[in-house]
Amino acid sequence: MANDTTKTVLISPIFKNNPIALQVLGICSALAVTTSMQVAVVMTIAVMFVTAFSNFFVSLIRNHIPSSIRIIVQMTIIASLVIVVDQVLKAYAYEISRQLSVFVGLIITNCIVMGRAEAYAMKNGPVISFWDGIGNGFGYGVVLMLVGAVREIFGAGSFFGYQILSLTKDGGWYLANGLMLLPPSAFFIIGLLIWALRSWQPEQNEIPEFKITENTKSEGAM
Amino acid sequence: MKALRNLLDKMEPHFVKGGRYESWYALYEAVDTIFYTPPSVAKTTAFVRDGINLKRMMITVWLCTFPAMFFGMWNTGLQANQAIDAGFASMGGLRESFIVLFGAGNYDPTSVWDNIVHGATFFIPIYATAFIVGGFWEVLFAMRRGHEVNEGFFVTSILFALILPATIPLWQVGLGITFGVVIGKEIFGGTGKNFLNPALTGRAFLYFAYPAQISGDAIWVAADGFTGATALSVAYSEGVNVLAQSLSWWDAFVGVMPGSVGETSTLAIFIGGAVLLLTRIASWRIMAGVMLGMMATATLFNMIGSETNNMFAMQWYWHLVTGGFAFGMVFMATDPVSASMTDKGKLVFGALIGVMTVLIRVVNPAFPEGIMLAILFANLFAPLIDSLVVKANIKRRVLRNV
Repeated sequence: MANDTTKTVLISPIFKNNPIALQVLGICSALAVTTSMQVAVVMTIAVMFVTAFSNFFVSLIRNHIPSSIRIIVQMTIIASLVIVVDQVLKAYAYEISRQLSVFVGLIITNCIVMGRAEAYAMKNGPVISFWDGIGNGFGYGVVLMLVGAVREIFGAGSFFGYQILSLTKDGGWYLANGLMLLPPSAFFIIGLLIWALRSWQPEQNEIPEFKITENTKSEGAM
Repeated sequence: MKALRNLLDKMEPHFVKGGRYESWYALYEAVDTIFYTPPSVAKTTAFVRDGINLKRMMITVWLCTFPAMFFGMWNTGLQANQAIDAGFASMGGLRESFIVLFGAGNYDPTSVWDNIVHGATFFIPIYATAFIVGGFWEVLFAMRRGHEVNEGFFVTSILFALILPATIPLWQVGLGITFGVVIGKEIFGGTGKNFLNPALTGRAFLYFAYPAQISGDAIWVAADGFTGATALSVAYSEGVNVLAQSLSWWDAFVGVMPGSVGETSTLAIFIGGAVLLLTRIASWRIMAGVMLGMMATATLFNMIGSETNNMFAMQWYWHLVTGGFAFGMVFMATDPVSASMTDKGKLVFGALIGVMTVLIRVVNPAFPEGIMLAILFANLFAPLIDSLVVKANIKRRVLRNV
């Protein structure tokens, strides 16, 4: 860990060590905030901001945190940052903040933020931790935006709110897929994404938990 | 027959390892074993010899759907011709020239031939689409993974086609079977490893993705602009007594009513079901479980009664003949892969389906029909039920030997 460069901590969480696809963290918000691109992008920025700064501040005081209460200290920092993000969104982007509803507040419980603070920021310097937070927040955001793009295009025929497939209900040709607007579709899409990613990078495959033993050969018996 | 064997033998070297079409071996193997018993013999110990294999079993199930299928075609045509007789236009398109070509252009609802041909022009394209698209995925995965093409998809595709309404757009059929085969089956490792019934998974996908084309009142009768409710939705909105005035129980049992292509005739389904039970391909325990679960729950609701909900008064024999209950019980719940494996587990699994079906039909206002979701729900519980049965057995035997 000590010889991480800025580049590796920024790039590797995108595909090689993606928080959603490989570590399967933060699924809950990925189901909820991916109905359209707009909310997915705002959520990405919010999570990047929180992860980066929580990593930075936790790393700054990492040598002064008593290890028995470190989780509480980390939570305090994360919660303060989330409140800042929530208030800024309410002030400057009220419509989107209403669509995101509780999920901005729930960034506190997003395992990615907590996980990076605990696993990375507690052991590394502030600057590299900051970049690590940006990288992981972005890795989360890449999946969010891919899922959001698929769901918005096929579920509503639009992209960032612009109509690109004309819907049958407005006299066009595209019949909107209602399932895409329901949360379970995000499960399918994330699953298919993970499938594609692991076919591309087979080293991400998990080791099978068990293997069926082969039948005994009967050549000797016959 | 000899010529066919020679032809297949001549082709074989091209498909085995090292041949020109090596990657197409799965397809060759599938065709070869449809006509002939596989030449390979078991090389391992502990092997039971049996005349039936998966392929024969699946083809039997496939043949058992034929009564329901032919009746469904006739009924689809009958419903459409009656609507046309009453002044509605036919659905038109390319279909009309086929109907005229086969001499069924009078749209006469009293003529069996006119009805069957009219129904076939709806059902055959649906089935062909389901078969070709489903087969494409099956063969693709078999080739990529190097296993054999499994006949499960014969059954999946016909079951899927039979539970769709006649008016469904063909692209939705293709999309639905794709979802059913790929997400419902192949990503878990193919036939034998799927925990959901693939045909129902495909239908559930369409049900939630495109509700306007698979539920409501306007889609069951294949005539332009005709709206006709299914027996279940009449019972839901106006009560079973009103339903019984327009449709006798006997008609509902025979299946002369609007609905998905293959689901309406309880009689035709039971004929196929009888063959499945006689050949012991389908489990009688599952069917008995579904039936008893449904009867008990329906009777319970009859006794509770309700002022506001008409469905509470629906008797079990009406539950049996309306909607997809019979089809689900005979063909869907008995899918050997996604059902429970243990004998006791099969009864519990069946009962869970029966209870859930009536619960969804009666208490849930969002879905008029419950058998599809009930079976998928029970599929999820099947491994758990098995595990509990096995554990209970272990516990019982341990106690016996204290």
